[in-house]
Amino acid sequence: MATIGGLDRLLAEHPFFNDMSERARGLIAGCAANRVFHDGEYLMREGEPSDTFFLVRHGAVAVEVNAPGGSPLVLETLGDGDVLGWSWLVPPYRVQFDCRAVGLVRALSIDGKCLRGKCEEDASLGYEFLSHFVRVMAERLTATRLQMLDIYGHPSDYVEAQNRVAIETAAMVPAKPSPNGD
Amino acid sequence: MQTIPHTLSWGHDIPDPMRPARFRVESVQHELTGVFTVGLKPLDETQTFEFAPGQFNMLYQFGVGEVPISVSGDPARPTTLLHTIRAVGSVTNALQRVSPGTMLGVRGPFGTSWPVAAAEGSDLVILAGGIGLAPLRPLIYQVLANRSRFGAVCIFYGARTPDEILYRDELEQWRGRFDLTVEVTVDRAGSDWLGRVGVVTKLLASKGFSPPDTLACLCGPEIMMRYAVLALHDQGVGDQQIYVSLERNMKCAVGFCGHCQFGGAFVCKDGPVFRFDTIAERFDTREI
Repeated sequence: MATIGGLDRLLAEHPFFNDMSERARGLIAGCAANRVFHDGEYLMREGEPSDTFFLVRHGAVAVEVNAPGGSPLVLETLGDGDVLGWSWLVPPYRVQFDCRAVGLVRALSIDGKCLRGKCEEDASLGYEFLSHFVRVMAERLTATRLQMLDIYGHPSDYVEAQNRVAIETAAMVPAKPSPNGD
Repeated sequence: MQTIPHTLSWGHDIPDPMRPARFRVESVQHELTGVFTVGLKPLDETQTFEFAPGQFNMLYQFGVGEVPISVSGDPARPTTLLHTIRAVGSVTNALQRVSPGTMLGVRGPFGTSWPVAAAEGSDLVILAGGIGLAPLRPLIYQVLANRSRFGAVCIFYGARTPDEILYRDELEQWRGRFDLTVEVTVDRAGSDWLGRVGVVTKLLASKGFSPPDTLACLCGPEIMMRYAVLALHDQGVGDQQIYVSLERNMKCAVGFCGHCQFGGAFVCKDGPVFRFDTIAERFDTREI
């Protein structure tokens, strides 16, 4: 088991802490634990209370959504140096997606409750931490938007998709009764 | 950037670059849904077709029309001409129906090429999206054939889904080499896909190259290239180290007709491969 000193070193190696002050890193280290997940093991499950986030040190984590009647869809894969999870930061603190280890994953877990408490008590830590975390969220949002663009598709695919949506929408709208009641 | 005059093609001067030479379809290989590769041989099989990586030909389906298609084969094997084509319009749909023995017209090769000589001694980042891997494949072949002349070589490829990975067998083969970094990502996948899911630009963060000593070659949808350039900037790769291949509506292929005008340049003649600093301002201009 890693000591606080050892954890501080592991945190310092993670890109998330690249330009974070030693003081802030030291305070966050108090909420951290070193974790290992094996292939197929879930780091988080959709709907669970969210009180943790992870700093992936090594390996790949598939962020998935469960499709009823089908196999899960992978929305994104996170790997070395990535930050996983922000539901712990936003009420009602509930995990939004399944997060599954693809192969062996080594990660640092951070106790969200512990960190939220420290940030509330220490505004300067809160500002420094959040200014780093918001950067991750912004990058993730941009990447998600690019993924949504379906840039590798051909324009004709969009036309086809639009037509399909138009047909489906038309089918959903109930026919207006005629003035004659037909 | 190297410009190869069209008079160098298939071993003899072309008296008229507007006149197609006759080639026979030797093979048609299905790649993906709506994507196929045709192998062409000149009628005189003793002739060779020399081209530089990144150049394109005008393929003429007699009675239907002509389309610009990048050469996707190995420049060191000039006896068969390979073109990977996506069926999207009347000509490419007609080309999808050709079979071995069909006669096609070929004009070319045209345009600028990837800066192979300039990349020697540098790290090389090759970033492709979707069918954009096709114009980069000749560059990859040439680099691998002369591997010791280059520093680290990284191939980053993005596709829509695992089923839409172009040249999958070759990518897997290249990935097995010790002297090459190959990373593939897809936009969407099922849980049976063990590779990455996410945008291709994110692969640049995994590094494997030294930004000040890197030359980057990009080909794919322009939106992808725009964000890839930004991601390369974030890594410290400057505009002068980035080359992009543009796609426009090319008709004559020799800079006469103006269909592919891109500001003060013609993509057919001054491109399709541009050093990014020469087009950076126009690249972000919405009207062009």
